[in-house]
Amino acid sequence: MTARQRSLFRWRPDQQWAGYLFILPSLLGLIVFTAFPVVFSLVISLFEWNMIGVARFVGFDNYTALFTRDRIFQEVSWNTVIFLVSIVPLQMIFSLVLAVALNLPMRGMGAFRVIYYMPVVTTIVAAALIFQWMFDRNYGVVSAVIWGLVERWNAPLTPPDWLNHPGWAKAAVVILTLWKNVGFSTIIFLAGLQSIPRDLHEAAAIDGASAWQRFWSITLPMLSPTTFFVFIILCIGAFQLFGESFILTRGGPGYATMTVVQYIYQSAFEFFRMGRASAVAWALFAAIFCFTLIQWRLQKRWVYYETGERS
Amino acid sequence: MRSARLSRSKGLAPPAHLVVWMLLALGSVLMLLPFAWTLSTSLKTPGQAFTYPIVWIPNPPIWDNYLRAVTIMPFGRFYANSLFVATCATLLELLTASLAAFAFARMRFWGRDQLFIIYLATLMIPGQVTLIPSFLIIRALGWYDTYQALIIPGAFSAFGTFLLRQHFRTLPMEFDEAAQIDGASALWIWWCVVMPLSKPALATFAIFSFLGQWNSFLWPLIVTRSMEMRTLPLGLSMFQSQFSVQWNLLMAGTVIALAPLLIIYVVGQRWIIRGIATGAASSRL
Repeated sequence: MTARQRSLFRWRPDQQWAGYLFILPSLLGLIVFTAFPVVFSLVISLFEWNMIGVARFVGFDNYTALFTRDRIFQEVSWNTVIFLVSIVPLQMIFSLVLAVALNLPMRGMGAFRVIYYMPVVTTIVAAALIFQWMFDRNYGVVSAVIWGLVERWNAPLTPPDWLNHPGWAKAAVVILTLWKNVGFSTIIFLAGLQSIPRDLHEAAAIDGASAWQRFWSITLPMLSPTTFFVFIILCIGAFQLFGESFILTRGGPGYATMTVVQYIYQSAFEFFRMGRASAVAWALFAAIFCFTLIQWRLQKRWVYYETGERS
Repeated sequence: MRSARLSRSKGLAPPAHLVVWMLLALGSVLMLLPFAWTLSTSLKTPGQAFTYPIVWIPNPPIWDNYLRAVTIMPFGRFYANSLFVATCATLLELLTASLAAFAFARMRFWGRDQLFIIYLATLMIPGQVTLIPSFLIIRALGWYDTYQALIIPGAFSAFGTFLLRQHFRTLPMEFDEAAQIDGASALWIWWCVVMPLSKPALATFAIFSFLGQWNSFLWPLIVTRSMEMRTLPLGLSMFQSQFSVQWNLLMAGTVIALAPLLIIYVVGQRWIIRGIATGAASSRL
């Protein structure tokens, strides 16, 4: 190819316009429904506004209120943290174990994979509705199983009133979330496992390493980028938990299972406190951002990238 | 695929593997139990639903529950809405994202890389931050309780643009150059060269996006009001709030809402699982 021809594809004035035209539809949409709303929401958060009346400028009062006066915000934040620290580790452990098991050379693994992944494609509304009925105090299948155990072994147990007890309601939300999402992280772990070169395991096996040793010294380090990725995604997902508790318990009893996102929904669209709701949304964003940033910084302590570069 | 090859081999598994297999089977039963419970309840009389011990296979099965569920709630309408909204949003999203991705991957213009970094930055913004202003914009446009409100905000995706750009970059530039020498326009190259070569990536993204739209709950909850505009998840949630203790009917409704998607999933699982796994995995920057 001659120099003149190559220059054709390096930088061309007419591609300037073509390039912008190609991007335009997407850019317009993102400006209208992402960029502008971000700025707008920051502005709203400085006002007290019920969407109908006149907005009143209150400065940072919506933010300071969250941390001083707003007891509900503090409760829902605490709930969200509880969900995060229970769902994320449990789901990581379950899905890692599942992925390692599903990666074994046995028959029927394809069918298992389909089954474990099935809840992921269901609508959260349907899933939560099913679990609401399963956790029914008197006639739900969970209580029935517990009664069965009681009768068989005379165990000193009574099934809890799952959805009306603050602690058990939280547990119910965690169980629903795990059932619904465990397949998702399993599939990502499985893909990570399958990308580990087999000759590493074979070489270690020839050197006499046991399966357990190989798991700790090869699988886990080689899998750590995937683990990091799954961890971050699950944490962000836990911060943004909404449908699970919104349908299963309506956030109750009281505010026991209400999450930050449901509080945003409630403040904005039930109590019409747009400023407060926007401030909560920004507080949530700040929390997610800081959390992710810290994890990103910490990853070099435990995440192993084979190429030596961190992506 | 490696697992597929190995699962076809017929060697006898060591005993430890057998234990693992049994545990996996037990886990599968637990995973399937909620579905079985739903199906079982949906075929019971109210009296049978509230009995202990549980009767798993009702005799005779009350198929009438399904008829009553669709009479009470316009599930057909919910389906049509969900299908229409998810299809339109996915197609529009594919269109806008692939055009932008083409420009980012294969064209040169001033500010391209800076603009792309801004695209990436928007990926970090959680939907909750833009929720309220987006709602206000929809209201100001007069789109409240319309299909536009359900479709248009979902038709633009920085994530999709990123995903497709990564794929478009893997195609050799020589294709474009050859076409360009033959006098092809950029639009022609996009539609006749790059898009056909990217069918698997487009399909992956389409599945990922469609499922997200189909299952979306919070946004339709906010921007619709009338029964005619409700999508399937919302319809189901309305059904729940109106018939909260009629579990046999509610479970029939749940089966109606879930069955088609689950059947499609089981038939096309290879594609769907791969679609979502790659969709999620490539969001790793």
